[in-house]
Amino acid sequence: MKLKIPEQEIMSCGNVACQGCGATLAMRYALKALGKNTVLTIPACCWTVIDGPFPHSTVNVPLFHTAFSTAAATASGIKAGFEILGKDTNVVAWTGDGATYDIGLGTVSGAAERNDDILYVCYDNEAYMNTGNQRSSSTPLKAWTTTTPVENPKESHKKDIISIMAAHRIPYIATASIAYPEDMIEKFKKAKDIKGMRFILVFCPCPTGWKYAPQLTVKLARLAVQSNLFPLLEIENGTKWKLTKKIAHPKPIAEYLKLQGRFKHLNKKDIAEIQQIVEADWNLLLKKIEK
Amino acid sequence: MAKKSDEKIIYKKEKEMPPSAISFYSMDYNKTGSWRNFRPVIDYEKCTLCMICWKFCPEAAIKLEKTKKKGKEEVKPVIDYEYCKGCGICWEECPTRAIDIEEETD
Amino acid sequence: MRKVLMGNHALSYGAKLSRAEVISAYPITPQTEVVELLSQMCASGELKAKFIKVESEHSAMASLIGASATGVRTFTATSSQGLALMHEMLHWAAGARTPVVMGNINRAFAPPWSVWTEQNDSLSQRDTGWMQLYAQNNQEVLDSVIQAYKVAESLDLPAMVVLAAFVLSHTSETVDIPAQEKVDEFLPPYKREYKIDPDEPHAFGGLTKPDNYFELRYKIQKAMEKAVSKWEEVGEEFEAFFGRKYGLVETYKVSDAKDLIVSSATIASTARNAVDSLREKGKKVGLLRIRVFRPFPAEMIRRILSSVDKVIVIDRNIGFGSSGIFCQEVKAAMYNEKNTPPIFGVIAGLGGRDVTSKNIIEIYEDAIKMEEPESDIIWKDLKI
Repeated sequence: MKLKIPEQEIMSCGNVACQGCGATLAMRYALKALGKNTVLTIPACCWTVIDGPFPHSTVNVPLFHTAFSTAAATASGIKAGFEILGKDTNVVAWTGDGATYDIGLGTVSGAAERNDDILYVCYDNEAYMNTGNQRSSSTPLKAWTTTTPVENPKESHKKDIISIMAAHRIPYIATASIAYPEDMIEKFKKAKDIKGMRFILVFCPCPTGWKYAPQLTVKLARLAVQSNLFPLLEIENGTKWKLTKKIAHPKPIAEYLKLQGRFKHLNKKDIAEIQQIVEADWNLLLKKIEK
Repeated sequence: MAKKSDEKIIYKKEKEMPPSAISFYSMDYNKTGSWRNFRPVIDYEKCTLCMICWKFCPEAAIKLEKTKKKGKEEVKPVIDYEYCKGCGICWEECPTRAIDIEEETD
Repeated sequence: MRKVLMGNHALSYGAKLSRAEVISAYPITPQTEVVELLSQMCASGELKAKFIKVESEHSAMASLIGASATGVRTFTATSSQGLALMHEMLHWAAGARTPVVMGNINRAFAPPWSVWTEQNDSLSQRDTGWMQLYAQNNQEVLDSVIQAYKVAESLDLPAMVVLAAFVLSHTSETVDIPAQEKVDEFLPPYKREYKIDPDEPHAFGGLTKPDNYFELRYKIQKAMEKAVSKWEEVGEEFEAFFGRKYGLVETYKVSDAKDLIVSSATIASTARNAVDSLREKGKKVGLLRIRVFRPFPAEMIRRILSSVDKVIVIDRNIGFGSSGIFCQEVKAAMYNEKNTPPIFGVIAGLGGRDVTSKNIIEIYEDAIKMEEPESDIIWKDLKI
């Protein structure tokens, strides 16, 4: 049996993530792709805690914890230090959607504009999960969170972070899903060797926050791609958009939504509206994709 | 390599403690297997050795056990129950339904 | 080599001679000249450093903490609003034990907008774990940057060299620029014990329960306490190398003084003239300049103040809801002493209002009339 992803484990067992945590699976794949010559800088997010308490750690690569909004800036500083020391190490900012879409957006934009030589990863579980599931600008339309209760679910669309990053014209942007580890690992390996700023958005379902049985994590990550809600793509220099997975027969979004407690309050009209939005966004995306 | 320990370290001597919160030890001490309510059990009769369970385990708690049978290397997935949190992803993703979920009795 | 330098450029030269390796800065009046000259030096290759043109002061400090943790020498400069914006990361730099050195130009806080000098910006950061020293002339600014690296790196504590807006930052004075070889000998390259290094992976700053957080804070305080003797030691070594002596405090005509004026920075240098004038009139008055504010040189202050009759502290700052900040710290240092003289706290020069030698003589003469201070704050020349 030939393994399709690297065999060696870099992360050890014993982390304190919830059962079925999508972000933990994402880290496992990322480290397999990046190897030991990697430094992670992690702002306030679930992974701040998942790695374990002082003086223990689970990732087995250097992990520099930093303040909530500062992952991009800290990564830039670490990279500058390594450049002075002549060290050719992957410097990776490993961040949640809170740090990337909201509080740290300025620093992400700053690093992107300077084209700092860092790999910026956002594992997106679509809310401020570490503090107990409050909405972020990454939370999808109509989702329940503790700050968008069922009486007043999220009114605004999920922020289109990929377009924002593309506007910065950085060398490489990609979306990845933990349900497609081969695609994800290939993208990380590719990104590793590119100079300049690289941005990878990883779709990570969260059983605790999205309210579903933990065994469905990979299935939900797959359904999101299969319904064209979360297309897998790559963008070169902000201008050349390419799909890395084409879905021949997209699944209806209802299949994805019905499995999650955070969408339990949706009625047929809501689901139809979301289906329309998914299709409209998909058609807009198609216009950007290179023929 | 991270140092191993049997339990969570609490520093009691100034000389042993690093100057700031620098971690030297692994998380191996934290046997997350105790979290389980349900345990996955692989039925090796049905298992096709596709390794999808190993691939999708967030904890890396499914190990690849390698043995040599008649000169040929054989690999099979073995669940490390010390760390398996019982999330059930392996059970859900197994294409041949070779993994059963049993209630944890320990 | 002697050059006519404004205070800002003295900071730049200090960083250059110290061979800063990563510089991250964001412009703010009146600091801009510091970073402009450093940009120039980096571009021309005169200074082999990476200059990260960050998008905010908060990012400036964040990036320097990351760089310092890899084991390189770091520098930045800022002022008032920028320093305040960095505040979260100042705590981080101290907690992560990264010896970042920063120049801060004392400028009054907004609102309302002001660009003139006041010490509230740096003093607001006094609890962050940063060492702080207040310079009185541009030579001291340059020299203090070099000294700061030596002390900071030996204790893994960050340090800020503070100078007054415009009064020093934009005032040109003759400065002796030491030879690079001599500075290299005095200040060897930075060697960090636990670095971000993939060959020796660690997590830095992980979640720490109450079981050990307490001990980590204790370690920072212990380092601050060691800093008192370290500043002395480095001061003596600096004198041997470069011929200029600086301590944590500076005394002027104190040995036979009956009364003492205590101040810092440029008010202290002006006070020297006031002391001379008063001495001519037969008043036995002396001056104590506090140079290093963190760690607070309590022991030295106790020794000097215990033998005088009256102490007048002049603060160009205010801790709202309390009183002048240097005054509070001086009083606290003296509290348990048997012979503690009455301490008069004067607040002057806020928002950059000029404090002249004449003003200081007035301050002295007004205070001297009173037996005891009648309140915690004596406001100098309040117009309303």
